Amino acid sequence: MTQALEDLAAHIAASMTSAIEAHEVRLGELTLTARADQIYAVITFLRDDPRCRFTTLIDICGVDYPQRAKRFDVVYHLLSMQLNHRIRVKIATDDETPVASIVGIFPCADWFEREAFDMYGILFSNHPDLRRILTDYGFQGFPLRKDFPMTGYVEVRYDAEQQRVIYEPVKLAQAFRSFDFLSPWEGMTLPGDEKASAVKE
Amino acid sequence: MADDLSSALPEEKRTFTINFGPQHPAAHGVLRLVLELDGEVVQRVDPHIGLLHRGTEKLIEYKTYLQAIPYFDRLDYVAPMNQEHAFCLAIERAAGIAVPRRAQIIRVLYSEIGRILNHLLNVTTQALDVGALTPPLWGFEEREKLMVFYERACGARLHANYVRPGGVHQDLPPQLIDDIEEWCAQFPRAIDDIEGLLTDNRIFKQRNVDIGVVTPEDVIRWGFSGVMVRGSGFAWDLRRSQPYEIYNELDFKIPVGKNGDCYDRYLCRIEEMREAAKIMQQCVKLLRQTPGAVLPENSKFAPPRRAEMKTSMEALIHHFKLYTEGFHVPAAEVYAAVEAPKGEFGVFLVSDGANKPYRLKIRAPGFPHLAAMDYMCKGHMLADVSAVLGSLDIVFGEIDR
Repeated sequence: MTQALEDLAAHIAASMTSAIEAHEVRLGELTLTARADQIYAVITFLRDDPRCRFTTLIDICGVDYPQRAKRFDVVYHLLSMQLNHRIRVKIATDDETPVASIVGIFPCADWFEREAFDMYGILFSNHPDLRRILTDYGFQGFPLRKDFPMTGYVEVRYDAEQQRVIYEPVKLAQAFRSFDFLSPWEGMTLPGDEKASAVKE
Repeated sequence: MADDLSSALPEEKRTFTINFGPQHPAAHGVLRLVLELDGEVVQRVDPHIGLLHRGTEKLIEYKTYLQAIPYFDRLDYVAPMNQEHAFCLAIERAAGIAVPRRAQIIRVLYSEIGRILNHLLNVTTQALDVGALTPPLWGFEEREKLMVFYERACGARLHANYVRPGGVHQDLPPQLIDDIEEWCAQFPRAIDDIEGLLTDNRIFKQRNVDIGVVTPEDVIRWGFSGVMVRGSGFAWDLRRSQPYEIYNELDFKIPVGKNGDCYDRYLCRIEEMREAAKIMQQCVKLLRQTPGAVLPENSKFAPPRRAEMKTSMEALIHHFKLYTEGFHVPAAEVYAAVEAPKGEFGVFLVSDGANKPYRLKIRAPGFPHLAAMDYMCKGHMLADVSAVLGSLDIVFGEIDR
């Protein structure tokens, strides 16, 4: 299985030298890292090439790495029902550079891209209808970014006097607690411990 | 004169926009459809989803792996254990945990119970959507019995939290295995009863045959999975094509439809329930032959035995650390999928080596199905919208997440 994926990866890398930056087979899964501006060509190739035939789009999602210059990964999962194999394609982008939409190749990409836009603010060019999808009407911010607080900014309640639902800044009865469970024995060197490692060397 | 006619504006075509849901019994939860109608013919469907969005993926990033499992019950709350299963498969692959055989059999047994739970609900409520009241009452009687099996295994009728990385929480009592076998023996008769109400029912067929036809090309383009694929003639089932647990040892058939309409999908679900009951019977036999543990022994991912903790200090420390800090999963990216009753349920786990997932994307089968709603309903009558929606098998817990 791994060998077959290695062969497939070599084939794809050889056919699309300018677009594929890296490929890796790990834990029985093939991951390609592609150049962001080539994604449309890469996905088209993966769908049409007779050795790939990744005709089903399984998923598109974002991943946020705020410390990087290009902070977002856009991850595409594809499946071939004919040849029974899967692939993952990753590209990197930031919050300003749009990624080419692949709605023209797979119509079901429409909602997946809307979700990535809604959750992360990743922009897709040539998307027919890039609206928010999961969050509330009139929602501000991108909730799955790492710098968005888990408790959010607003809360809603029904106001009996105004007879409607109103939005208020979130009030926490108890401060949000995020525990660091890291063991104190693992993270630090206790006085005297340096001698133990010095003896080994 | 002729010039006058051609230059006059054509009579303005008036479409009628109506709201379907979010509080409509046929909306299967909290779907809001904005329908654009020309007379009674649907021109455009714009599903507004997200009314049940709870930010599951965000919450899971702040929870340890064990604390994240219960969130999966609350996705597709009609078949809870199938989702936990996908999550645990992802953790197991990333961390390299081996699952004892008895635990694998129990997982398969409960996955199939989940499949029947789901299909009973879907088939009968689809009948309700097109006007039949009796099937849900009969179907829910069987669902109730299955939920009791859930309860006897894990203590909860619905939100099980039973599947754990490395196995399942507890072993099944022998009496429960006997009772499941007894239930499997009588289940085909219950299915026959429901089929007797629906399969040859004139009204049911008028409402479902040739409605919402999905061609094999549509299946590919719209990223369908599960019954939506099989109803259109593809024999694609992850249990067969990419088998996990013990599915490659079991004997079961994959029902396939011909026309890809709502009626074929109904027939597929009925047959899948019969096959699921057969798989359950095989699992019961295997369980009797396979004694043993249901969680790995001496593993950092499973709690130590209670008796061991009474005498061993290390076991006590281990137990404490497991339930406070949790275990660490090595840095990896994994996509694990199971054949959930609704289709391919996948979990994409990005781990950075910490005790919490760095990113967890839930790939719900209903999401792309509902995305195709506009395409499938175009040109159908208003009344067919609820029939199509019923056969898509929509549950909002998993779509909105």
